[in-house]
Amino acid sequence: MAGLSSLRTIGHRLYTGEVEYDFVGRKKKWYALSALILILAVGGLLGRGLSQGIEFKGGAVYTVNQGGISVAQAHEAIEEFRGEHEPIIQKVGKEQVRIQIASKDTGKFNEIRDALSAKLGVPADKVDAELVGPSWGKEISNKALQGLLIFMVLVTIYLAVAFEWRMAIAALVALVHDIVITIGVYALVGFEVTPGTVIGLLTILGYSLYDTVVVFDTVKETTRGITKQNKMTFSEAANRGLNQTLVRSINTSVVALLPVASLLFVGGGLLGAGMLKDIALSLFVGLAAGAFSSIFIATPLYADLKERTPEMRALAKRVEQHRAAQAKAAARGEAGDAAEASDAPADGDADDQDGDDGEPAGAGSAGSGGIRRQPARNRRAGRPSGKRKH
Amino acid sequence: MAAPKSSTRGHPGRALVFITVVIAALYGIMFATGDTTPRLGIDLAGGTSVTLKAKPDAGGSKSAVNAENMNTAVQIIRDRVNAFGVSEAEVQTQGSEHIVINIPKGKGEAEAAKQVGQTAKLYFRPVLQTEYQPDTPPTTPATTPPASTPPASNPPQGQGAATTPPSASPPATTPAATGTGAAKATATATASAKATGTATAKPQSRVIPDLKQDTPSPTPPAANTPGAPATTPPPIDMTQPVTPPSSNGAGADLTKYGVTPELQAQFTALNCADPAQRGVGNQTDPTKPTVACSAKPQNGTYEKYILGPAAIDGTDLSSSNAQLPTGPGQIGGWEVALKFDGTGTDKFTKITGDLAEGQYPTNRFAVELDGVVVVAPTVSTELPGGQAVITGDFSQKEAKNLANVLKYGALPLSFEMSEVSKVSAALGSDQLRGGLIAGAIGLFLVALYSIMYYRGLGVVSLVSLAISGLLTYAIMCLLGRGIGFALNLPAVCGAIAAIGITADSFIVYFERIRDEVREGKSLQPAVARAWPRARRTILVSDFVSFLAAAVLYWVSVGKVKGFAFTLGLTTLLDVVVVFLFTKPLMVILARKKFFASGHPWSGLDPARLGAKRPLAYRATRRPRANVEPKEA
Repeated sequence: MAGLSSLRTIGHRLYTGEVEYDFVGRKKKWYALSALILILAVGGLLGRGLSQGIEFKGGAVYTVNQGGISVAQAHEAIEEFRGEHEPIIQKVGKEQVRIQIASKDTGKFNEIRDALSAKLGVPADKVDAELVGPSWGKEISNKALQGLLIFMVLVTIYLAVAFEWRMAIAALVALVHDIVITIGVYALVGFEVTPGTVIGLLTILGYSLYDTVVVFDTVKETTRGITKQNKMTFSEAANRGLNQTLVRSINTSVVALLPVASLLFVGGGLLGAGMLKDIALSLFVGLAAGAFSSIFIATPLYADLKERTPEMRALAKRVEQHRAAQAKAAARGEAGDAAEASDAPADGDADDQDGDDGEPAGAGSAGSGGIRRQPARNRRAGRPSGKRKH
Repeated sequence: MAAPKSSTRGHPGRALVFITVVIAALYGIMFATGDTTPRLGIDLAGGTSVTLKAKPDAGGSKSAVNAENMNTAVQIIRDRVNAFGVSEAEVQTQGSEHIVINIPKGKGEAEAAKQVGQTAKLYFRPVLQTEYQPDTPPTTPATTPPASTPPASNPPQGQGAATTPPSASPPATTPAATGTGAAKATATATASAKATGTATAKPQSRVIPDLKQDTPSPTPPAANTPGAPATTPPPIDMTQPVTPPSSNGAGADLTKYGVTPELQAQFTALNCADPAQRGVGNQTDPTKPTVACSAKPQNGTYEKYILGPAAIDGTDLSSSNAQLPTGPGQIGGWEVALKFDGTGTDKFTKITGDLAEGQYPTNRFAVELDGVVVVAPTVSTELPGGQAVITGDFSQKEAKNLANVLKYGALPLSFEMSEVSKVSAALGSDQLRGGLIAGAIGLFLVALYSIMYYRGLGVVSLVSLAISGLLTYAIMCLLGRGIGFALNLPAVCGAIAAIGITADSFIVYFERIRDEVREGKSLQPAVARAWPRARRTILVSDFVSFLAAAVLYWVSVGKVKGFAFTLGLTTLLDVVVVFLFTKPLMVILARKKFFASGHPWSGLDPARLGAKRPLAYRATRRPRANVEPKEA
């Protein structure tokens, strides 16, 4: 379990189930973690609210692209146009001054720009300006919301048809989870929300689901024909699928995050404020949340929903009985041990499942756990542990 | 979305040849048409971008915002923008109620942008009452026109005014009588002079005594005329009636036009010097009287008006042109000729007839555009025939602007400006460079990670990314001409974000192959068996991704569309590349010794992957029932 060699082969061992992390079995822990993050996010949203860019409040931003202009100078130049609110003046990088005022007077748009260029002695060509009417932000938000709802409906239908409705629901929950977390991070950190943010957020929709769909696809495979055997519960099989695709999940997430991170770095670091940064930031937060939720939320939730069906309950019971029988056999001698090794990959979640389903099988599984030490250790250790299979 | 299966099955070479031919063809077209770079959006190339939103009428219904009216508006705005000599301006509807105007950097940009902003409905309303207001102190007549050209139509007045020390002159304090007299005189003079028999109108550039809005009529104007008039240009109208007297006289009449005491109070309170109160962009109900300000200060003074219900709609105006006076003996400034259509002619005849009988200021009609009065000429006689000329000391530019506003102001809808942005070329190129740098860094990091983790397969992934990039670039270039696609900053972001999404498909495939190798298969069967499973996953997830992009494109406005577009495009191309390039390439590579033997640098080293048996050994053990690969 130590050293580089184990790292190299981790993909293999995850695939075979030799190493398996019990995401589904430990779902309560992840649900709790998620709930905590969600509470923080919602709390931040309600408490601090979002800091909205001028695109949402309406106003004008003038950017003077010339070095050597102080904030004080800019202040003076804008003073007569400031309107009722204090203008916000920032130096961005070395050569830019960004002046933000609340004026929404479209008639003054060019006038102010010309005045700034005259007062600061900068060619009019070097003054960039953006003016946003007061209803623009609301419109964008409405459009975004509209898009969100349409997308959710379509994708739910699609997933329900291509997979099944339980997967659709689990995917939707994961999606909402990601969006709430992203918005919450914005509220808590105080990042400014701009149309760029909204764009990023909407893209997360696609990406978060992309990840979830890939995981579900594998889960669908590993759980095919599950009712025809009695060695694994549905949750265990789902967890197997999740683990098999874990390397892929991590790699795709890393690969998706890398370009976005560089966008964030260039947009935020080199260019200062701007749309690049806004889009990249919300993408980054959302992608990270999406990677988390597709592993820790979507699949456990799906397994949960599935375990409630009569067939899966019956299966869980059969697995229970089978294990109890095996445990007895194992207690009788070495033969049982060999049998167990050859046919029971990931076990050890039985009691968790039972607890959730409220089935009165706790005693049996506790017994099996006591005798077959390894699954029990697996549960407690909180880290992948090997099995003696190969 | 599915690419042809047959082309990749068994003949991987064909698919590779096919995609090579496609790329070659795309680049051939690109170079043939000269579209070797994508068309850049305003935010990258520099220029002004304006987004307008159609508003329902003040009293009207939302149904006026329909496709037909929107298209008419687009046409009018396009004409208006093009009238300034802007090259390649774009005016498009977006969604059902937005119009986006992109004016590239260059000639006429600023003026055109300003004109676009003045999109509004135009009404001709009778003036019921006026009053002058000084502009705020510091802004004294920057806009004062040069005094050189006294209006041709009435030299006597010019002289009179020039010699008249502004407001101290007696006429100013005895408005009603002199006012009418002067107006009549003007009218006849002009009317006789014009071959068309049209009439006359005076712009509101006058020497104006400064009157505070609430100054009662008897106040000697001289008392509050601080200096400004000394520098004012020659007045063109002696009818210098300071309103208060006329308001006394007309006060009784006003109620018959529906002027309520509230409106009167509103008028009294209105301070045109305050930009917030000036009400540019206010939509007024054409069937009711309203208050309004002049659009610009004349000689440092605003005029405010009570206007009657609209007599003529802007759409009744069939043409307006700036021209030099044409009649014999005419000299002087530019003027604006108006021509009305059938209904407009009737209405105009009637209103001018009515107005001509009025006393100043009720013999004026105001051209109200976007809630402010652009011009308010006096009328001295009934003007039949549907033609009229507005004279005054216009410069050529002023006359043209006015003509344009009158002509193109007649939009079927009113709009509000949702967003304006002016981007200098310098900032645009900075942003573009930033985007490219970010893309390069992102690509480099992805390459590094892929090669570190996937070794030889990482190279396959990189080559596939490069193919995807080549296709994306060529299509972007060609779509510039094809559908007017312009690469904007969000689109660049979309392309960069797509690097990851595209690479993900390769990872899905590679992981499947490696899974098969772990099962103990040798590479060729592994590649073949992995494909159906990977294919389904890739299609399903790309479909979801594409769905998100499509919905985003459909509902979004402005720049967001660019992002959605590139995201959707790259998702489609991802499928094309995986099917026609990556997969066939893998099939071919699986035959090569380097990969097939599981060279440590191939990324398929069985030992490294922890395969159950040596590669050569064909697994006899029955695979777990639940992971049986299936041909999807």
